[in-house]
Amino acid sequence: MRQRLLPGFVSEWKWDLRRIITVLILLVVCLVWVYPFLWMVSASLKTSREIFASGLNLVPSEWRWENYERAWVQANFSRYMINTVVITVATVALVVFHTSLSGYVLGRFKFIGQRFILGLLVATVFVPLGYTIIPTVQIAGALGLLNTLLGPILVLSSGHVIHILLFAAFFRSVPKELEEAAVLDGANFLQVYWRVMLPLSRPVIATVSVLTFLQAWNNFLVPLVFTFSRPDLRTLSVGLFAFIGENEIDWSGMAAAATLSLIPIVLVFFFAQRQFVEGLAGAVKQ
Amino acid sequence: MSTVRMQDSYSGMTPALPPASRSVLRQLWHDRWIYLFLAPSLLLFVLFVLYPVVSSLYFSLLDWNGFTSNARFIGLDNYIEVANDPLFWNAFNNTILFMVITVPIRVSLALIVAIILNDPRLPFANLFRTALFLPVITTTAIIGVVMTFVFDPVGGPVNRFLLETGLVDRPINFLGQANSALYTAMGIHIWKWFGVTLVYWLAALQTVPKELYEAAQVDGANPRQVFRYITVPVLLPFGLLILVITALDTLRVFDLILTLTGGGPFLRTEVVEVYIYRWAFNSSIPRLGYASAAAVFFGLATLALAAMQGVVVAYLRRKRNEL
Repeated sequence: MRQRLLPGFVSEWKWDLRRIITVLILLVVCLVWVYPFLWMVSASLKTSREIFASGLNLVPSEWRWENYERAWVQANFSRYMINTVVITVATVALVVFHTSLSGYVLGRFKFIGQRFILGLLVATVFVPLGYTIIPTVQIAGALGLLNTLLGPILVLSSGHVIHILLFAAFFRSVPKELEEAAVLDGANFLQVYWRVMLPLSRPVIATVSVLTFLQAWNNFLVPLVFTFSRPDLRTLSVGLFAFIGENEIDWSGMAAAATLSLIPIVLVFFFAQRQFVEGLAGAVKQ
Repeated sequence: MSTVRMQDSYSGMTPALPPASRSVLRQLWHDRWIYLFLAPSLLLFVLFVLYPVVSSLYFSLLDWNGFTSNARFIGLDNYIEVANDPLFWNAFNNTILFMVITVPIRVSLALIVAIILNDPRLPFANLFRTALFLPVITTTAIIGVVMTFVFDPVGGPVNRFLLETGLVDRPINFLGQANSALYTAMGIHIWKWFGVTLVYWLAALQTVPKELYEAAQVDGANPRQVFRYITVPVLLPFGLLILVITALDTLRVFDLILTLTGGGPFLRTEVVEVYIYRWAFNSSIPRLGYASAAAVFFGLATLALAAMQGVVVAYLRRKRNEL
């Protein structure tokens, strides 16, 4: 009866209460979720003694910016940052370059050997690459790529079969007329790709770039084994890992170094949030 | 000239008329741009994917420490030794346990949160999503290092909190104790990758046609009915795919385990990847042949899982075409 008299009121009120509780629970969950980051940033501004003495208090008694100076200058994290940025940017550029080229011809043309090449690529998609690190290091050594920045760049850029397939699927779906118009205007093979097809594929480029960026920036094993004897070529994560071994007591320097390592990627994430999320979602939507 | 080439390449097959008069070589030359376009991908692929895959198969048949040139061919002996090594099975069990426990938790919790966040009227939905996604973008190796401090028994905030609220009397050495280390690592792993699964679910939820919901509302269905009769049937195939992708994810926990515990205490958190790394790079007498055999052995298990993903994707496609 009551519901029939006041249908809107009753249900909306109930909904609002539920919504408030939901939001409150989510707020608490999210606070717990980001707490390790808050703790890390706070630890980076304390002295090592204060980290362990001050308990749960996140606000430092005195803001110790010198921790950052120590990490940046003495512990060489400025160098590691440059290395990481160089490796990541070069890898993303190289991956977009080669996967769009091969995706274009694989998706758009028929040619001798196409099936064989496709089969070969796909067969290795699921081979867990971490397990093949031993011969990878060996061949890189033979090519003189160990202890260079180029080595990790080439290794991290190779494969990406999924991205080749993404480009191939996209280029296959582009209507033929667009290309024909360009051909009639006298465009050659390279021009059709460069002026017509590549600009069309911007959403795929965004997806591939973001996924490659995440992978290259976060990679640990490849730069770890490539820089065993050249500490100056370490990336941020390798540098941090080594930092603990070398400076066993400098917690606050470690926290500062970790914070520094996270700032760029968090910034990139905030500016390219949509591409990040859509790039990942693409794995499910296909 | 280029016009002609473009079009017959494009039309699919080699020109239909005089196939006999055209030699394979001429056809290859005709398609030279195609092969040029393929060259960068193939070069990288052969050097750093194909060669390593093939030669790790070969290495696995050798008794070889990786440095000297006197590698000895020993057939399948490495495999037999791997299969008889209790420590390999310890690592294997840890890996499987990792998967069996974390995957259902991650997938189901993420679904619940995704349904809540998918409500367009929910305030701060963006903020929540960003917060939950934050661990995903942070480098795993850095997470591993930071978490050893967060869970530190002496000054770490988790133990501080438990002590101050009186939940425990004495600090728990989460990562240093044999019975808790693996589960703590699992918790951190779930926390780190939860956002990815969440994004998958949100993407899946967005494929539910809006008209279906509207129709249900017109028919007077309550939220539970909507969930049971609309959301679940549409999501089910996606759920399968998300399960498999997530399961594959849990096979790649090297960065986290190495930086968090290094496989300890007493090998209780040693997963297969760390086992392989230990034999290849981190033991007093490296055994690359043996490590390769363990890698191939485990790679096959991964392949089986990946094949399942292929089956699921094919099933999804068929389902979608039926709709």
